[in-house]
Amino acid sequence: MKLHEYQAKELFHRYGIAVPHSHLVRSIEETGQAADALAGSCIVKAQIHAGGRGKVGGVVRVKTSRQARDAARRLLHRPLVTAQTGPHGLPVNSLLVEEIIPVARELYLSLTLDRSSGRYCLIASAQGGVDIEQTARNTPERVSRLTIDPLIGLRAYHARGVARFLGLDGPLAKEAVELILALNRCFLDRDASLVEINPLVVTEEGHLLAMDAKVSIDDSALFRQKEVADWRDETQFDPLEVRAARSDIAYIKMDGRIGCLVNGAGLAMATLDMLSECGGKPANFLDVGGGADQDKVVEAFRILLEDPAVEGILVNIFGGIMRCDLIAASLIAAAKEVGCSLPIVVRMAGARRKEGRQLLEQAELNIVWQDKLASAAAAIVRQLSPAP
Amino acid sequence: MAILIDRHSRIVVQGLTGSSGRRHGLLCRDYGSQVVAGVTPGKGGMNIDGIPVFDTVAEAVELCQADVSMIFVPPPAAAEAILEAGDAGIRLAVCITEGIPVQDMVLVNRALGDRSMRLIGPNCPGLITPGQCKVGILPSDIHRPGPIGVVSRSGTLTYEAVQQLSNAGLGQSTCVGIGGDPIIGTSFIDVLAMFNDDADTEGVFLIGEIGGAAEEEAAIWIRQNMRKPVAGYIAGVTAPPGKRMGHAGAIVSGGSGRAADKIAALRNSGVEVAENPALMAEVMQKALRSADIAGHDS
Repeated sequence: MKLHEYQAKELFHRYGIAVPHSHLVRSIEETGQAADALAGSCIVKAQIHAGGRGKVGGVVRVKTSRQARDAARRLLHRPLVTAQTGPHGLPVNSLLVEEIIPVARELYLSLTLDRSSGRYCLIASAQGGVDIEQTARNTPERVSRLTIDPLIGLRAYHARGVARFLGLDGPLAKEAVELILALNRCFLDRDASLVEINPLVVTEEGHLLAMDAKVSIDDSALFRQKEVADWRDETQFDPLEVRAARSDIAYIKMDGRIGCLVNGAGLAMATLDMLSECGGKPANFLDVGGGADQDKVVEAFRILLEDPAVEGILVNIFGGIMRCDLIAASLIAAAKEVGCSLPIVVRMAGARRKEGRQLLEQAELNIVWQDKLASAAAAIVRQLSPAP
Repeated sequence: MAILIDRHSRIVVQGLTGSSGRRHGLLCRDYGSQVVAGVTPGKGGMNIDGIPVFDTVAEAVELCQADVSMIFVPPPAAAEAILEAGDAGIRLAVCITEGIPVQDMVLVNRALGDRSMRLIGPNCPGLITPGQCKVGILPSDIHRPGPIGVVSRSGTLTYEAVQQLSNAGLGQSTCVGIGGDPIIGTSFIDVLAMFNDDADTEGVFLIGEIGGAAEEEAAIWIRQNMRKPVAGYIAGVTAPPGKRMGHAGAIVSGGSGRAADKIAALRNSGVEVAENPALMAEVMQKALRSADIAGHDS
């Protein structure tokens, strides 16, 4: 789960990591007042769950509260499209109005999981404010990666080594050690999967400060991270994604017009790949999960039908834990309940497949049965193609 | 021979008294697996359909000679269940649980480095040696005994592959679901190495997906070490970047973890990779045929 910049900075502040003075605002009026409080000169930053804001006018440096209000008028309550948001962008519902801080140097610091070693690692670079992956590709010697043994943890001597790598000495080195250890505490306490400060700046006054902040929380740990879990901003997701999540259905909105309902994440991905291979475009990824009951399947089906882009549906079920006849009964119940007239292609394999097929064929619905994945994908693509 | 489990494996189910644990514990026993004990703290002394339940894994090992554990413990306590199995002298733990916090798995992974127990999973369907033993939730009836080793990060996609293989007359030595989480106990390479040394395995089918670099690492290992033909399939060619596709580990981030790169790496190592999921058995047959031809040539 991603946090907004202002939420990440709130966390940093609580762990003693310096961040710029700022005000979170939700209207043009509030933006003007916040800019006044900072004597006019400030930075106005759109709060969305994506990077790349600076390049598309989502981060604006202003000199007066009038300019701040203009920026707010332009940004608030409309989507901001960046390189990371996809074509529809993400809605800007709040702005962070921050003081301007004179900067001497820009550095990079983050903690994240290294999947290959199964351990956390601390990544640092004296080259901040730019894409770290690019720095690592082009000049790997400028990026330090420290893998942390979880039985020992991140210690002060590790942090001293990193401070030295960043070229910090004297009181700044001491400040860096404290900051790195605080960042690590925040990371572990909050079950983060990423904490990133880019740039971490050395101010002209000679102090360290987190100019930007990116934090993601491990979704699997939200059950024990109640406070942070409550910070979820549902406006940053597709409404159907939010609804699916409530029923514990893995759903991702995509750009095509074929709705997909599959059990199992791997099979769901494979089904999308198969559709594309046949020239079809999926409207979504949807995994109802292994142990889904009838209610869950009905809700999954409703979600597909609420997407106005969906013109046909492909159901692919491999019955194991989940029996095909149960899915068939749920599909029939859902289609009747919502009055579905769209073409549906159903492919089922595994446990109680025959019984499932029988149920579907007896129901008076617009359902085509297919035995194989390839023919099922081809069938739904064919049905949606304009007649010659 | 097969790998990891056979008819002699003695299984304890951690979480046997829960609904999934009970259901699948009994299904494994129906398949022929020796399910000798269950463990649920506080419920020692009960029995589930004749299977004795203990408070600790140590008792199941001492009194029932359990050597394999199947874990159905909910996420908040699952990491501890794995550690308990490791300290009790279990040889192989298979953790089905989905949704264990990453931080817990970082610690488990590190702790198991000092112990002799192997962990499969978490967030996996388990494994099966057809005709002998099943430890997990895989549907029994699609599997046939035979010469193909199967290793996969997925669940239902593995069943799809197995059904295609069985229908094509290619039975399986052992099928191993290694799990869809970012941190798992047993990697593709671990399982490939076991299949490489297993007399009953003549070829391997590998099912990967987007996220991480485990397939790329496996590709390098295959090129350097694998003596048997390998075919495979990678799911997620059409997955949008930055989105978690159901499995916690299935995400393309910052240009890494892409399906196209994994497919290219595997093909570079001589692996036959299916263009789409309908062709899984076909590429396996093709890999076996070309290995056979190569074998005759030399």
